[in-house]
Amino acid sequence: MWPLVAQMNPDAATIAAGAPIEVDLTPIAVGQDIKVFWRGKPIYISHRTEKQIKEAQNVPLASLPDPQADSARVKPGKDQWLVVVGICTHLGCIPIAHEGNYDGFFCPCHGSQYDSSGRIRQGPAPANLPVPPYTFVSDTKIQIG
Amino acid sequence: MSGPSDFQPTNPALKWIERRLPIMGLVHSSFVAYPTPRNLNYWWTFGAILSMMLGLQILTGVILAMHYTPHADLAFKSIELIVRDVNYGWLLRNMHACGASMFFFAVYIHMFRGLYYGSYKEPREILWILGVIIYLLMMATGFMGYVLPWGQMSFWGATVITNLFSAVPYFGESIVTLLWGGYAVGNPTLNRFFSLHYLLPFVIAGVVVLHIWALHVAGQNNPAGVEPKTEKDTVPFTPYATIKDAFGVSCFMLFFAWFIFYMPNYLGDADNYIPANPGVTPAHIVPEWYYLPFYAILRSIPNKLAGVVAMFGAIIILAFLPWLDNARTRSSKYRPLAKQFFWIFVAVCLGLGYLGSQPPEGIYVVAGRILTVLYFAYFLILLPLLSRIEKPRPVPNSIADDVLAKHGGKVASVIVALVVAGGLLVGGTQNARADDHGVAPPANKWSFSGPLGKFDRGALQRGLKVYKEVCSACHGLSYVAFRNLAEAGGPGYSVAQAAAFASDYKIKDGPDDKGEMFERAGRPADYFPSPFPNENAARAANGGAAPPDLSLITKARSYKRGFPMFLIDFFTQYQEQGPDYVDAVLQGYEDKPPAGFTLPEGAYYNKYFPGHAIKMPKPLSDGQVTYDDGSPATVAQYAKDVTTFLMWTAEPHMEARKRLGLQVFVFLILLTGLLYFTKKKVWANAH
Repeated sequence: MWPLVAQMNPDAATIAAGAPIEVDLTPIAVGQDIKVFWRGKPIYISHRTEKQIKEAQNVPLASLPDPQADSARVKPGKDQWLVVVGICTHLGCIPIAHEGNYDGFFCPCHGSQYDSSGRIRQGPAPANLPVPPYTFVSDTKIQIG
Repeated sequence: MSGPSDFQPTNPALKWIERRLPIMGLVHSSFVAYPTPRNLNYWWTFGAILSMMLGLQILTGVILAMHYTPHADLAFKSIELIVRDVNYGWLLRNMHACGASMFFFAVYIHMFRGLYYGSYKEPREILWILGVIIYLLMMATGFMGYVLPWGQMSFWGATVITNLFSAVPYFGESIVTLLWGGYAVGNPTLNRFFSLHYLLPFVIAGVVVLHIWALHVAGQNNPAGVEPKTEKDTVPFTPYATIKDAFGVSCFMLFFAWFIFYMPNYLGDADNYIPANPGVTPAHIVPEWYYLPFYAILRSIPNKLAGVVAMFGAIIILAFLPWLDNARTRSSKYRPLAKQFFWIFVAVCLGLGYLGSQPPEGIYVVAGRILTVLYFAYFLILLPLLSRIEKPRPVPNSIADDVLAKHGGKVASVIVALVVAGGLLVGGTQNARADDHGVAPPANKWSFSGPLGKFDRGALQRGLKVYKEVCSACHGLSYVAFRNLAEAGGPGYSVAQAAAFASDYKIKDGPDDKGEMFERAGRPADYFPSPFPNENAARAANGGAAPPDLSLITKARSYKRGFPMFLIDFFTQYQEQGPDYVDAVLQGYEDKPPAGFTLPEGAYYNKYFPGHAIKMPKPLSDGQVTYDDGSPATVAQYAKDVTTFLMWTAEPHMEARKRLGLQVFVFLILLTGLLYFTKKKVWANAH
């Protein structure tokens, strides 16, 4: 019986293709963001402006639906880089960057709005945009996965 | 299905359902209370076996379709990916491919049983005809399924079989074009065959329902061929037939599992591990073993249209059997002449099967013609004649009498079973490779042969080295990824070692942001890069002969084993023709061709290569590759190591297959024993 079910899981080639990827950050200017794909998911990498960082840091945590400090969502000393999985935690649409009332992301499907730290602020989504596992290989290069 | 049931559930909820949809009553009357003749023998369990096989084929087929890609460029590869990467993909694929053979094997026994015991006679004509329709549908389904892997035999089988329709006068060419969806067999053909291959099993299932319905209306025939008259003649389906069928199915599963786990390619053709090539026809086209008798009939008639008509006629004639055989007595048990001729007919069918696998030349053609005449004579002359002249022995008064009068004869039927099984395999496995002019390679002792075979890790690692330093200059290994080197059952490298191995390679990737292709170091997920960008480049660089990809070479090469070796192979599980051949070719170079042999320009003499003139120069010489582990640096050792390595690349999950096979066999043997004793207990008071 088990083989009949197990065959539905990702095959070895798919798993192997999900290996970590490296992304060069140099071409991303302040205020810009890029979308890369890792394991079939879009990952937003935002080079945040001072204003965006301030906004993200100064929000009282108690007012958030899914309280989480901005510092817990970026790497220490790399406040300008926000890396989040660009999949709305409501029903899986892709939010649009630089839209909505919170200088962050706006999901066109059901109107969820995320702030400049990718945290949910308004709308039906229950949780913040997840942060994928990543590390800084150098100052200008990250490895996702 | 046999009239209104008196089944009444007691549970109020079930009662509520039953009043609105009497499905439990239907099941109860068809499969529980249904009276079945008490003298049925084990030949009658094949109905249950076939139902199980159909279910299994549909189940594994639906699953395989989740992973298969029906595209001419991708189909072959997608099957290799199923076998290599999908969890238990090798198991599901083996089950489906061997399952087709088992399905036909069981259906042939089922049909011969019907023939012997006169199960097609009044009032079971419709039942029989439905069976013939199922058989026809099975042949169509099996044929289209065989096309899907898109190997050489798939492609050329499809070409030959679709071309049968070109024999139709006036419309032939248009019909064939219609079937192909193009000017030749190609992607549209593959796509529609996939669609139909998915559809037809459900049509079969529908006709099977009719078949069982008709069976339950007329009631089962039985070895005595007399209808049940009283209660004493029958036993209820459950538990009697259920447990007997379960035991029969379990025995059949043992036979089936032998193929799945130990001989998965025994019934297949090595050529089908070569991707389809519209420019080269394999030396000998043979259909799957279950079509061979009809293929022999087709070839034995020198006229194209007549041959096709005869071939289809040989199947269609079965539908008229109820009216060709007018004898009153059903069972051949009581027909002394019909009984003998039945066995002669079985021999004729097996003979045709054997001839279908042989090249159409010389004595084989003559024999084929004689047997074709005999095949038709059985139906058109013998059976009508017998019903007039034969004096049957008296049949028993009732089934109960038959059971009481039972004596011996069991041994005979077991012997017959073995003969039939063996004979069908004769027809099945003979590849028509008679005239390849090759010398049979010597059989080696391989660490991976036999039911407990495992790869020799050292040989795999050395073989990889030989491949990398020698073979990879010309031959690709495109189905093998670097990550495979670290997988269980492989050369036994660690993940880090495989990654390091991969990083030595330059892999072409891209396009990057600027749209340019670039080179980067290999990663574990990458596949071995091929030495040439495409086949034409490979051909141009190698004197006109493209070096084949080596991923599957040990499965894609074989040689004729001949009678009776291939029968013995079934029991000894010998299936190392491929490795033996590869090993022999690597060592079979001779500097001077024997006298009288003219070597073409740019070719080399090889004792074992078919035709002896090989374009590959002698690849290995002593001391060419340095071994770190002290193994002898000789050509013999290199050949053995690299062949072992290539056996692993052809089937990376071989060790898992054999390991699981052992577990399955232990389980099935216990289950079969248990069912046997349960069956004995249940039937104790019925005999």
